[in-house]
Amino acid sequence: MKITIEEVEHVARLARLEVSPEEKENLTEQMNRILDYMEKLNELDTTGVDPTSHVVDLHNAFRVDAVKKSLPRDQTLENAPEANEGEFVVPRVI
Amino acid sequence: MQLYELTIHELRKLLDTGETTAVEVTESIYNRIKKVEPKVAAYLSLAEERAMEEAHGWDKQGFGDRTKPLAGVPLAVKDVICTRGIRTSCGSKILANFVPPYDATVVLRLKEAGCILLGKTNMDEFAMGSSNENSAFGPTRNPWNVKYIPGGSSGGSAAAVAADECIGAVGSDTGGSIRQPASHCGVVGFKPTYGRVSRYGLVAFASSLDQIGPITKDVRDAALLLQAIAGYDQNDSTSVPRDVPNYAQNLLEGLKGVTFGIPREYFIEGLDPEVERAVQNGIRTLEGLGAKSVEVTLPHTEYGVAAYYIIAPAEASSNLARYDGVKYGHRNREGKTLMEMYRRSRSQGFGAEVKRRIMLGTYVLSAGYYDAYYKKALQVRTLIRRDFLKVFEQCQVLVAPVAPTAAFPLGEKVNDPLQMYLSDVFTLPASLAGIPGISIPCGFTSAGLPIGLQIMAPHFEEGLALRVAYNLEQNTDFHHHRPPLDS
Repeated sequence: MKITIEEVEHVARLARLEVSPEEKENLTEQMNRILDYMEKLNELDTTGVDPTSHVVDLHNAFRVDAVKKSLPRDQTLENAPEANEGEFVVPRVI
Repeated sequence: MQLYELTIHELRKLLDTGETTAVEVTESIYNRIKKVEPKVAAYLSLAEERAMEEAHGWDKQGFGDRTKPLAGVPLAVKDVICTRGIRTSCGSKILANFVPPYDATVVLRLKEAGCILLGKTNMDEFAMGSSNENSAFGPTRNPWNVKYIPGGSSGGSAAAVAADECIGAVGSDTGGSIRQPASHCGVVGFKPTYGRVSRYGLVAFASSLDQIGPITKDVRDAALLLQAIAGYDQNDSTSVPRDVPNYAQNLLEGLKGVTFGIPREYFIEGLDPEVERAVQNGIRTLEGLGAKSVEVTLPHTEYGVAAYYIIAPAEASSNLARYDGVKYGHRNREGKTLMEMYRRSRSQGFGAEVKRRIMLGTYVLSAGYYDAYYKKALQVRTLIRRDFLKVFEQCQVLVAPVAPTAAFPLGEKVNDPLQMYLSDVFTLPASLAGIPGISIPCGFTSAGLPIGLQIMAPHFEEGLALRVAYNLEQNTDFHHHRPPLDS
């Protein structure tokens, strides 16, 4: 077993997901099967191999540091589940 | 011939000579959509009123403007690409009501070229899936047999093209999501080099892999559509500042002097014999046209699935953190604290496969596992990329199957995620390496399902992939077959 049901709960908390007892069991079983398969990568010796995070040789993509027009506030808020007086509304934090 | 059956280049000719009008062709397509959608379910939304207005506009204005190469051409766009004022759901409940306030660069470029946007096509939720069964709004069906999957995740786009519910379409490909559905639906699908087409406005799944590309009825159309959308965009810092060649122009060059590689690792146990036979026939055709073949090896091919299904979920878990019920998307209103609101909104909004990938990605990035999984996968990605660089010293393109089997029945793999992942084995390596790959029809199974052949080329050699594909297509007739939807 690579991952226990408690670890699945922990990862769900990190991922901001709520999982039902049934989902938890399914996920534990499925993630174990998938992670077992990932073991395959350990057949390869990758000592000294640089990781690839970007496939094309591009370095810093600079742009001019200037103020540009952005979306107007009312359009930005149009998709908000809840907004008031030009602000996003969220449950009370403090 | 019906107007809805036309290719882009055929339609352009008829519009230029005045033999048809944009209104006639757009009406013809919407009638077709009304007729076959109950069987196929390729679209998530239609923009009929607006499209008809645009069609009238083109007919009034005329088609003389050479800077509008796609004037009056009705196209479909995958629902993962933002369209101003038209819902963009990504096949997810969490974005069921999301109406983008801006157009993706690709959509802007298509509009500038003169396209008419028909509607948005169905897909696996957030482009995660190989069968379209992960759409929160129900699966698209394969037009060749509606009991079969159309492939995924751009299954709606591929099915819409195959069923003549549009003249052409665009999709997105992260690990095969253009090529595999194109193969399963018997149409052309082209994933360009990573960085060739702007991702601005493409809802992010795995940012180091995502790429937009055309899905079309033939290779010439793929060249025309790619031409319209390719090129540097300052809104996408990973798009590459590099000139875009004229793709249609070099299609006509023959295959003399072209050497193509046949990678041994793509003809393995598990490859369906009917698929193998069809791909081999394609290879014989290319040889008959004067191309030389050479057997080559890409030794790390078998590690592609494991590397991809670490890297893509890792990136997805980070990208999808933005769906928190605050700025847009679904919000659960019972959550009393901020944390409760986040967790409930996300759990209600995401489907099973998306949750699974967020969980996997969060796990492989979490403390203590990063090196063992994520870093290791990125190192293997380097080995896979090097395989390709080395092999392209021996040959100019690679020819291989797109998928180990033709389309499978709906429901067959839906409860077995690992089996579903393994069906991506032949498309993932090109994605990990960032090279272009095109799928073109090369035959049918005895059950009448289409089979695709994949041509992969070095970075930014889209023109070469298109040229080889065009030569093969013009010497076969698979692209003229139509699914039996009218019976």
